[in-house]
Amino acid sequence: MAQEKLTFIVKRQDNPNAEPYDETFEINYRKNMNIISVLMETQKYPITANGKKTSPVNWESNCLEEVCGACSMVINGEPRQACSTLVDQLEQPIRIEPMSTFPVERDLVVDRSRMFDSLKKVKAWIPIDGTHDLGPGPRMPEKKRQWAYELSKCMTCGVCLEACPNVNSDSDFIGPAALSQARLFNSHPTGEMNKSERLEALMEDGGISGCGNSQNCVQVCPKGIPLTTSIAAMNRETNIQSFKNFFGSDYAH
Amino acid sequence: MENREFFYRRLHSLLGVVPIGIFLIQHLFVNHFAVYGPESFNKAASFMHDLPFRILLEIFIIFLPILFHAVLGVYIVFVAKNNVTRYGYFRNWMFFLQRITGIVTLVFIVWHVWETRVQIGLGTEELDYSLMETILASPVMFAFYVLGIISTTFHFANGLWSFLVSWGITVTPRSQKMATYATILIFLAVTYLGIRALFAFV
Repeated sequence: MAQEKLTFIVKRQDNPNAEPYDETFEINYRKNMNIISVLMETQKYPITANGKKTSPVNWESNCLEEVCGACSMVINGEPRQACSTLVDQLEQPIRIEPMSTFPVERDLVVDRSRMFDSLKKVKAWIPIDGTHDLGPGPRMPEKKRQWAYELSKCMTCGVCLEACPNVNSDSDFIGPAALSQARLFNSHPTGEMNKSERLEALMEDGGISGCGNSQNCVQVCPKGIPLTTSIAAMNRETNIQSFKNFFGSDYAH
Repeated sequence: MENREFFYRRLHSLLGVVPIGIFLIQHLFVNHFAVYGPESFNKAASFMHDLPFRILLEIFIIFLPILFHAVLGVYIVFVAKNNVTRYGYFRNWMFFLQRITGIVTLVFIVWHVWETRVQIGLGTEELDYSLMETILASPVMFAFYVLGIISTTFHFANGLWSFLVSWGITVTPRSQKMATYATILIFLAVTYLGIRALFAFV
């Protein structure tokens, strides 16, 4: 039997300022391939479908089990992780493109630093360090911990930002991921002590008010995080915070 | 000014419902008097016309809120990069249609205010049944009014849905789903009110 072939098209870009171009590859099909293993073939044989020698395709990946978020790319029009995308479930030729919301570094490698900047902006951590031993923090009910665990699955992969119509080069909207992370850390008994700081950050320009409720984020999130519930919950919280700020409550801090 | 976006966007959301949404419903209710005949309509229209401090009511309840809503709204339309072809989910379509109907409604309102309120203000037209009868006698204008009303009522009903989310009233997916059904009913009811009144003029 003749060797079964697999065709895929990669949208390539040589450097951040270069024009993108398509390159078609034809590789030997193996059972149970994922997109990473498909891309690895271009490292072994950097030759296009019409026999032209080319450079291996560049991409990012780490964990290979859909928890790190590094290998997000647009596969057949859908933003998802290359590691958990199985070839047998895809139509051929497979089209692989970098996510369009982020600046392209090279080929499928994009710069997601805006997401990490957003996490810094909303203080997506729990401050536990002091100049002296602060002692044990308050306990978290197990039921709440299980609930919060769902929010903590966010891997900053960027798929929600890619699908959001309001995250683009014309807007400074922070995007769904950071909004949900602010909710996660505000629900932690120790993180709650800095609740108002996170809410204030969400009320800055480019913050939560940039959401237009298209709700694409919750549809595409690979981890099934209830992003739109988080956004609505933070809408409520920021509104209350803004009333507290304006009317001068002692509870504004 | 820095960091005013949150306030402006919340104000935009609020104004769309109070007072603009309330005014829309009131307006369509008054129009509906046309169904009971020209005299009934004229009586209702002159009652509204003779309200005390009418100019102030018009400026603060109608003109200024709509002006603010329209200016910020057009900005909101232009920052979005619509992607319904790639993500054809129901809410994404509503997001897209909210922006389309926003623009259609703005064009409709400008046209409608020009040929009614402005002309009456200039003294070239009288506020009565026959003014609308003349306008709607043209099939093109009639179609434009049907489109304008449906666009406005859709924008109102769907805007009410996102108002509930923006103000953190409907947070859970279930409450948001219920709100979807409720706003569909509101859309149908308000559209019926508006379109039925239109047909009373022909």
